[in-house]
Amino acid sequence: MATVIPPPSKKQKREAQQVREVDLVPDDVPNVLIKFQASDTGESIGGSIRVPGGITEKQLEELLNQLHGESDEPVPYTFSLLGDKEDLIDIRDNLYKSVLKPGHKTTEDFMTLVYTPRAVFKVRPITRSNAAIAGHGSTILCCEFAPNDSGRMCTGAGDSTARVWDCNTQTPLYTLSGHSNWVLCVAYSPCGSMIATGSMDNTIRLWDADSGKPIGSALTGHSKWISSLSWEPLHLVKAGDSPRLASASKDGTVKIWETTRRHCLFTMSGHTNAVSCVKWSGTNIVYSGSHDKTIKAWDISAGGKCIQTLKNHAHWVNHISLSTDYALRRGCFDHASTRQTSKTMSAEQRQQKALEIWEKAAKLNGVINERMVTASDDFTMYFWEPTKSSKPVLRMSGHQKLVNHVAFSPDGRHVVSSSFDNSIKIWDGLRGTFLGTLRGHVAPVYKTAWSADNRLLVSCSKDTTLKVWDIRTRKLSVDLPGHADEVYAVDWSTDGKRVASGGKDKMVRLWSN
Amino acid sequence: MPQNEYIEQHIKQHGKRLDHEERQRKKQAREGHRVAKDAQNLTGWRAKQFNKKRYAEKVAMKKKIKAHQESKLNGPSTPKQDDGEALPTYLLDRQTNNTAKAISSSIKQKRLEKADKFSVPIPKVRGVSEEEMFKVIKTGKKNHKSWKRMITKHTFVGEGFTRRPVKMERIIRPAALRQKKANVTHPELGVTVFLPILGVKKNPQSPMYTQLGVLTKGTIIEVNVSELGLVTAGGKVVWGKYAQITNEPDRDGCVNAVLLV
Repeated sequence: MATVIPPPSKKQKREAQQVREVDLVPDDVPNVLIKFQASDTGESIGGSIRVPGGITEKQLEELLNQLHGESDEPVPYTFSLLGDKEDLIDIRDNLYKSVLKPGHKTTEDFMTLVYTPRAVFKVRPITRSNAAIAGHGSTILCCEFAPNDSGRMCTGAGDSTARVWDCNTQTPLYTLSGHSNWVLCVAYSPCGSMIATGSMDNTIRLWDADSGKPIGSALTGHSKWISSLSWEPLHLVKAGDSPRLASASKDGTVKIWETTRRHCLFTMSGHTNAVSCVKWSGTNIVYSGSHDKTIKAWDISAGGKCIQTLKNHAHWVNHISLSTDYALRRGCFDHASTRQTSKTMSAEQRQQKALEIWEKAAKLNGVINERMVTASDDFTMYFWEPTKSSKPVLRMSGHQKLVNHVAFSPDGRHVVSSSFDNSIKIWDGLRGTFLGTLRGHVAPVYKTAWSADNRLLVSCSKDTTLKVWDIRTRKLSVDLPGHADEVYAVDWSTDGKRVASGGKDKMVRLWSN
Repeated sequence: MPQNEYIEQHIKQHGKRLDHEERQRKKQAREGHRVAKDAQNLTGWRAKQFNKKRYAEKVAMKKKIKAHQESKLNGPSTPKQDDGEALPTYLLDRQTNNTAKAISSSIKQKRLEKADKFSVPIPKVRGVSEEEMFKVIKTGKKNHKSWKRMITKHTFVGEGFTRRPVKMERIIRPAALRQKKANVTHPELGVTVFLPILGVKKNPQSPMYTQLGVLTKGTIIEVNVSELGLVTAGGKVVWGKYAQITNEPDRDGCVNAVLLV
């Protein structure tokens, strides 16, 4: 089912015949006054500067790096204009084209440019399938890369096993067998040393990620299948402890597990229907979305007390995404980490690093502000700032069928939602406004995964393909056919080298550039 | 009925003894005693048979107990067999209509509708044999040729039909049994009108009879309903409509039909 671009409509053809304006900056653009302001801390740098009106993004970047005094290792930036109503207008190519020509500001006005550092590394778009590895005896239901190493990946499947793969040699490494029914979810701990698997047989099992050996026996307690798992963020773990685990189940409860002694610390029952998604935020609050249309926030530091119930959705809540998801998943690692990194660091160092990474992702204008987006069966999403208010910031509507998955970009500036109406939509990660639609899939889109540098997105769909999307141009970058049946799970490694996917055709596929 | 099932037959006819249940229960209760006695007293071939059976029973029992105990400790010990229906969590509670299933159900639905379209008031008719339908007519100087047939049922013969020369005519439709009009009842309005027949659409007995225009019970005929003043959805007057014959015209001497609406 390769994507065929539809023939141009009559309107498009007519527009193509029109005289096109040339993207040239006129010579007589006068100089303008600008000021730089950091997006995360809100500090301004350099006072007001007089620059030519046709200044390009590249030149702005150079200027800012000079102001920062970083001439030998320049940091790439994106710029946006701070509008009158505190809204941001992205600057692409040059100032004249993005601001002056559309009339957002005149040359007489004073402009405040908000800058955000871009990822210093670049992930190359994946273009080909490296390997299709057989091994699982049934449908692959979930997959996740290790946070510290793109060479390790874990998948859970319908044959009651989870498997750890060595992606460097493209071979199976360990088979984690112990469950007696489908393995529905897998989660690497943020320290990268443990894997948790939740299954249809109502149990959770813990495994040592390095040796593939089970850690103790199953964690029993839920009375129905496990729908979602979430680890405690690394910076919240008490010194000398191993991170705790939150599990959501079809039976309507969320349980917090102590992973060293492997017992249930507390059970949070309050939902009246199946819990579909659980997320442990960096502020030590567990958010759970449920089929009873509500999202509940549980304060773990207060012993699992329900501190908020968010009730705006009109149908099942399918998925929750936090703006710090990616940072929390990565824990103390960055794109350059390997498995050795975690061994060389002491526990304190790791926590310190994790806290730094999380704060960087969570801070907005110098204040910690974790945003949340929830996707629902009522075709809409809601944008929340749950620490501030129990009212949603914005209702994000536009999809024509249920929204299955939402994901914040690693830097929290974009949100993408994948829906059963075959489309993916991009939304602003700061305020939730609509930015664009990515069309191309011809069947429901199940999941998406971000590349670590925020530039690319990969989506998996019922139409058996993966598609890589360029976020800046909002266009299809690469179409990746290869699977023989529906693709249920996709993940992009944290260093951006690889993508793994699996689905109904029982093959694990690895993709790279 | 098979000849060896006489006991069942007897039970069906006369029922069981009134104390049957009680006797069964007592027999069951003494089963252990009987087995113990057999175990002690049987000798020879019968003892061998008995012991073999008893051993197999005991093994099965022990296996069952062990399985029970294991499942109590740590769930069913063997993983569930894969049935190829594993689904990720986000699809688990949804009614994913299988495409193959959807197609097959839609086909079934279509068939049903189609059948409905052709459902008629009299769905089944008695078969009419050729001997009953045709009378053999002997011809020739010595009356020894018998290739000529005469239809014994009522027929509809179209307007302007001319019989073929006697020499060539194989099937005769007697003029006395020809019908031009039918008593057609409108099932919803409950009125009966004497309407001219336009043609025979289908005789369920055989396509040949359709061609010949034989009118038997269950035959679908086309009648001219312009008198009734029926109007189509488009506002035009309907003039031809189908009706099904409800009587045996050769018994009554007339054709009664019900309009298919």
